[in-house]
Amino acid sequence: MMKKINPKIFMTLAAIALTLAAAFVLNGVLDSYLKRILNLCAIYTIISLSLNLVNGFTGMFSLGQAGFMAVGAYSVAIFTVPIELRPSSFYLVPMNPFLARIELPLIAALLLGGLFAALFALVIGFPVLRLRGDYLAIATLGFSEIIRILFTNMQSITNGALGIKNVPPLSNMFLIYLAMILTIILLHLLLTSSYGRAFKAIREDEIVAEAMGIGLLKHKLLSFVISAFFAGIGGGLYGALLGTVDPKNFMFTLTYNFVLIIVLGGLGSITGTVIASFIITFGMEWLRFFDSPLRLFGVVIPFFQPGLRMVVFSILLMVLVLFFQKGIMGQREFSFDMVRRLFPRKKENAS
Amino acid sequence: MPSIKKIFSNNLSAAIFVIILVMALIALYAMMLGQMPVAIFLQHLVNGISLGSLFALIAIGYTMVYTILSMINFAHGDIFMISLYFAFFALSTFRMPWVLALVCVAVLTPLVGILVERFAYRPLRNAPKNSVLISAIGTSFLLENAATYLFGGRPKAFPDIPSLTRVISIRSVNFQVVSLVIPLITAIALAILLNFIHRTKTGIAMRAVAKDYETAKIMGVNINQIIALTFIIGSALAAVGGFMWGAKYPGITPMMGVMPGLKCFVAAVVGGISDIKGAVVGGFILGLGEVMIVALFPSISGYRDAFAFVVLIVILLVKPAGILGTRVTEKV
Repeated sequence: MMKKINPKIFMTLAAIALTLAAAFVLNGVLDSYLKRILNLCAIYTIISLSLNLVNGFTGMFSLGQAGFMAVGAYSVAIFTVPIELRPSSFYLVPMNPFLARIELPLIAALLLGGLFAALFALVIGFPVLRLRGDYLAIATLGFSEIIRILFTNMQSITNGALGIKNVPPLSNMFLIYLAMILTIILLHLLLTSSYGRAFKAIREDEIVAEAMGIGLLKHKLLSFVISAFFAGIGGGLYGALLGTVDPKNFMFTLTYNFVLIIVLGGLGSITGTVIASFIITFGMEWLRFFDSPLRLFGVVIPFFQPGLRMVVFSILLMVLVLFFQKGIMGQREFSFDMVRRLFPRKKENAS
Repeated sequence: MPSIKKIFSNNLSAAIFVIILVMALIALYAMMLGQMPVAIFLQHLVNGISLGSLFALIAIGYTMVYTILSMINFAHGDIFMISLYFAFFALSTFRMPWVLALVCVAVLTPLVGILVERFAYRPLRNAPKNSVLISAIGTSFLLENAATYLFGGRPKAFPDIPSLTRVISIRSVNFQVVSLVIPLITAIALAILLNFIHRTKTGIAMRAVAKDYETAKIMGVNINQIIALTFIIGSALAAVGGFMWGAKYPGITPMMGVMPGLKCFVAAVVGGISDIKGAVVGGFILGLGEVMIVALFPSISGYRDAFAFVVLIVILLVKPAGILGTRVTEKV
């Protein structure tokens, strides 16, 4: 007879369908400002998940996400700008004649960006992933800066410090949320596979994992490359959302945003990362009131001037690290079981 | 010079490396002789040495913290930046003579260092390493944002100090006085520091804490005091470096600490992060290398900032413990 299907799968599918339907409907309803923030939430989710794969699930500490994002964003910018609009960006140095003739649809450019980022991660992963802890953090950070410096100097390909303008703007929420959900599903499948368990074993104890027959370099490399792929995709979407791509957008301080998100969400929790991405992105917008002068009962309160928002933001980050080291979810995942456990009475009635 | 001798005498590999470096420089020089006049070359050499000395001063702070707490003090570069703002206000708002301003900055900046240690690092002393790293990143971010908020994001011009920026020329080699003062100050600071660490009781306690934290505690060393002192010394050196940096490269922005900070950490790793002398060796390699590469191959000057990271990757692959470091195997 037919095997009984777990109702949880139905609920998950329903949740996915609901999210996509909501994205589709909201895409037509919301104003562009709110849409932009919601899109940013989804893109940040993708990139934070990629960072969490390395930092939270494999136990390494990489700070190279901004570099991989730059690779993705630049491939989108280089390949999707309409050919006739390119000279308006490349007015100092003409674009490389080979690249100047290629124009790709957004999805192809995104995947290409992801693949380039993954390839780059593969090349640098071999030497770098032998390092541990702080050294790895510094080396990946160094590489992300090297990528930025390369892009600033390769005038004929990336237009150097001027950046590339006229990237076809992407504001389709459905597409971005589809990418986010695909990322979540793929990462979930990866992490529940034997590879995922190997990653977690490496996180818990490298030496024991190695003794149990897990190839350290192979698995670390796999995690790093997959992470770079998703960061490339996320970076491509980010570039398309911004509409212009410029090396200054990809300073390594950008990576700090994602570090904050995965710390808040919990190192090693997919759902935590999703929740934290939305909290942080909306929070950053909400904190904007710190930047404009505040009037309370007709009195101008001092201190409220541009720059305060980032101070508050960094203080929050510090408070978080000092007092809530586990984040919202720790290493747990949000699941329907957890919802049920929140309402114990209901469960008794049902049984 | 006894202090220079002391720096290298007890480590053969350092001496060999420096000799190789000097030989390589001479070889390059000989190669370029046709294209570059001697005077210009010497000018670049002086600049390279002074930049190397600055890197060394800042890198020592990284090394000292790393040896004791085994963490990267990401905020060190930003403490350096804060010291430049202190110097700016001391010189321009309070119109102090530069020597007095230097002393003031060297006294005030360590306060920031102590605060950072007290509030950002001490609560996490027994926490997992990643938390400490994130806290360090957060501190650095906080200092940058606070500086942007307090001092504004626009670059400020470091006040000109005529007695330091005066250009003197010896046989058509032109350089600023400050380029000679910097290596001198670095040498003096290093000599004092090494003497302090090796001769005084506090210095011995410091080395004990670096060697074995727990045992030192049992032996009655006041850990918190020693760690605070480490941050004070590191910040004071960074402050002196910052002052000289401002005199040589006027232009202060809240983000200016990031790049020198990273490069100096790289210098500390390249030289061997377990050794103060390593920081000096690494600082010189990076500073000289950077200036010389730009001088010899002007076409790749855009890649100037990448040089440090390339050196880092090479060193980590060839000798992960750094030039002066000894490899520590991890015990299970």
